Amino acid sequence: VENVRLLDRLSSRKAALGTLYLTATHVIFVENGSEARKETWVLHSQISSIEKQATTATGCPLLIRCKNFQVIQLVIPQERDCHDVYISLIRLARPVKYEELYCFSFNPKLDKEEREQGWKLVDLTEEYNRMGVPNNYWQISDVNRDYGVCDSYPTEVYVPKSATAHIIVGSSKFRSRRRFPALSYYCKDNNASICRSSQPLSGFSARCLEDEQMLQAIRKANPGSDFLYVVDTRPKLNAMANRAAGKGYENEDNYSNIKFQFIGIENIHVMRNSLQKMLEVCELKSPSMSDFLWGLENSGWLKHIKAIMDAGIFIAKAVAEEGVSVLVHCSDGWDRTAQVCSVASLLLDPYYRTMKGFMVLIEKDWVSFGHKFNHRYGNLDGDPKEISPVIDQFIEGVWQLMEQFPCAFEFNERFLIHIQHHIYSCQFGNFLCNSQKERRELKIQERTYSLWAHLWKNRADYLNPLYRPDHSQTQGTLRPQMAPCNFLYKFWSGMYNRFEKGLHPRQSVTDYLMAVKEETQQLEEELEVLRERLMNLQKSQINDNKVKSKRQDRSKELGLSTSNNSLANTPQEYSNDLKSFPSRSPSQGDEEDSALILTQDNLKSSDPDLSANSDQESGVEDLSCRSPSGGGCLPSEDSGKDSDEAVFLA
Amino acid sequence: MLRSSQPLTGPNRKRCREDEMLLGTVLDEGERGFIIDTRSAQAAKQARMTGGGTEPKSSYPQWKRLHRPLERGRPLQESFIKLVEACNDTSINMDRWLSRLESSRWLSHVKAALSTACLAAQCMDREEASVLVHGAEGTDTTLLVTALAQVILDPSCRTLGGFQGLLEREWIEAGHPFHLRCARSAYSHARLKQEAPLFLLFLDCVWQLSHQFPFSLEFSERLLLTLFDNAYASAYGTFLCNNEKERRVGCLCKVKESTHSLWAWLNQPGEKKKYLNPLYSHNALVIWPSVEPQSIQLWQGLFFRWIRSSQHLDEAWAEIQQLVDAN
Repeated sequence: VENVRLLDRLSSRKAALGTLYLTATHVIFVENGSEARKETWVLHSQISSIEKQATTATGCPLLIRCKNFQVIQLVIPQERDCHDVYISLIRLARPVKYEELYCFSFNPKLDKEEREQGWKLVDLTEEYNRMGVPNNYWQISDVNRDYGVCDSYPTEVYVPKSATAHIIVGSSKFRSRRRFPALSYYCKDNNASICRSSQPLSGFSARCLEDEQMLQAIRKANPGSDFLYVVDTRPKLNAMANRAAGKGYENEDNYSNIKFQFIGIENIHVMRNSLQKMLEVCELKSPSMSDFLWGLENSGWLKHIKAIMDAGIFIAKAVAEEGVSVLVHCSDGWDRTAQVCSVASLLLDPYYRTMKGFMVLIEKDWVSFGHKFNHRYGNLDGDPKEISPVIDQFIEGVWQLMEQFPCAFEFNERFLIHIQHHIYSCQFGNFLCNSQKERRELKIQERTYSLWAHLWKNRADYLNPLYRPDHSQTQGTLRPQMAPCNFLYKFWSGMYNRFEKGLHPRQSVTDYLMAVKEETQQLEEELEVLRERLMNLQKSQINDNKVKSKRQDRSKELGLSTSNNSLANTPQEYSNDLKSFPSRSPSQGDEEDSALILTQDNLKSSDPDLSANSDQESGVEDLSCRSPSGGGCLPSEDSGKDSDEAVFLA
Repeated sequence: MLRSSQPLTGPNRKRCREDEMLLGTVLDEGERGFIIDTRSAQAAKQARMTGGGTEPKSSYPQWKRLHRPLERGRPLQESFIKLVEACNDTSINMDRWLSRLESSRWLSHVKAALSTACLAAQCMDREEASVLVHGAEGTDTTLLVTALAQVILDPSCRTLGGFQGLLEREWIEAGHPFHLRCARSAYSHARLKQEAPLFLLFLDCVWQLSHQFPFSLEFSERLLLTLFDNAYASAYGTFLCNNEKERRVGCLCKVKESTHSLWAWLNQPGEKKKYLNPLYSHNALVIWPSVEPQSIQLWQGLFFRWIRSSQHLDEAWAEIQQLVDAN
């Protein structure tokens, strides 16, 4: 469709005119005329909702809201076209079969072996071994090898040594969805463990010997403690209501040596509404500070994040400080349980704060334990009441921790944002379906590619320059303050206003520091080489001039040129009284908005919006990329000095 | 950019040829200027009843007046006190923290101050017009706007030395009554009439700029915290008294002869490096901050300074310093 306008949310005056394309996998807007041929690509999988708004004099507005919080406002001149686009998008954004998803047609041009290797990058057996199991207290059980006991669990589960197949099967019959207690994390330092399950089908008075034996087995697997914590992550009222439906929670009288604890985290419906409300706040036009803070509080979003974090902190403390094992469950044991177990693991074990470890963590507590990705994130068109931002909350929890402990994580914010993006994008096969069983039936690993391999390949973009494995922050357990700490939870504008360039610090400190780090490394290597050469030179008799010219070449290779890329950043509209501010036409570079540029190449090799943190709109000449790999754009007038210094021999 | 206090138009709409001529010399034939009045239109009008007022259009035809009300005085002090109370209150849970924060209105004041300063900067940079800023007395919100606008516009004000010069010029010499305004701070029970945290508000706004433009200010948060401390209680004479006259003549002691200067101490090589921003890189351009609510954050380094350990953040800065030094 031609002559479509793409509006900018923050500045209503800025609208780009171009052509809208609909393909089998994407919606693409190509801007007219600009030499840069700016394109905006949106995957159908990302589309959360499409709203056709009232026709105005300028055309028919169409609002596309995406699961990665991008909001695209289009104005289509003809009502007829708008309607067609609307109907098409509705269908395209609601696939009925898995085969319609992008991951089945996505082709990164890797061969079969590379694809397989990609899937092998994260190996859970290796992970459990790293933890220290199987051992004297824990064993692998294959009781679920054909998914006969629990179809949402993996084929390999780790259970206490004294838990026989009989006990496991018996316990599974007493648990919602047959999700019996299984090992999530084992702390080899003190034998305390985190186990997870679903709620017991206890009703008001039902008992199950095998289930009681199961819990005893878990307790016994930790000889250092004489009791077991059972943590129900639901609000007490909800758990009690479940009893009327024949489910409920563990009665301390029936289970020997347990200490039962409610930690109230609200359910998926509350969370879905909470996010909805928060996004409404984000969509407000020119909100006052008041509107924003009230809106944010009313949504309850940060309160929920804190509740999840507090639960994780409680469990981590129980394991690390008290040396007591914990059994965690919610209702079905695949939402809040996953959140809380993964937060606790992250706090306890620095391995999960590395890039690889984080992928392993998600693979373990989310993918293998049957978190319902399809239902929660709408891979396929389904029940809207199943949709809920469960993993988004976990990812945000991690970001909140990163803000409190800037040196503790090997990866950066961009890593988290891209993972979230791909959970919804269906570009890779990791987060399809609702269980391991379904994924194997669909032969996901043979037909799609692994996100982990893709992220790993680009890991240089995801590193945190402040991370050092030997830093005190990165070692051992992370202990966030529990109180007072309301204020520690910030609004994550990097995620929820990801595509609004005007909002963020326009200069990426992370990128700059990574570039500095890389450059230092290269310079040090360079220095080594030159030192050696000097030694050799001192032995033979080569004349000075040849050496000098070689030095100059080196400095060019390092990209330390003195190019002057000044790109002014644009003032926001500070005055609502536009009439008194007829701004002049903006100075150089105002329209640069690389964040939305997604070309076919980008899609294959790197992630969309890699430049989300790009500072092309920064009010600095420096684009923060002193990257030797051709970033080429350098800061100050001082850069001339730098290139000389680079080759200054010690 | 010019600053002044309000014209004494009064209820009878007095005129003053000299004042009109003075402002007239600023603008060329056909040029337009802006007056940014930091009082609301209503407040400015009411000021006439007590002898003050605004510049009437007829007498100052080349100047367009814009009102951007900024909080000052008692209400600003109350806002500050409320915020500090909220920060110290360990009993609030997450349910009510944000509304407590909001009810102090502190962040709204930060937003308003930044917006107004940006407006002034926009007049000069984008419209290439001259600007006159005044409120009532010309000693509070006026200085907030002019000083902040210069940090936004002028890269030399963002250097350590330049910023000190800015403070000397726009706050100290310009006559911000530090002695009255920075008397007891937020915990005191004595609610002094003249106390108001304008200078803190300015420092907060500068911090917001440093947060949005981490490479563009030569000085670090530590400098801002030190300035905050010294404005209220100091071993140095820099922030003493209320204006130059008092410092030279009015005081029992002559400030310059009997005290040391804060700047002299800060600028010693050993001290100075503590106040430098390791990420600084000279930025010759104007820095336009975002004033959307998401972009304006609570200055945790100040408001939680004694409540929560900054250890992890300090470690992060140490890492940053190391990375930069190694390079």
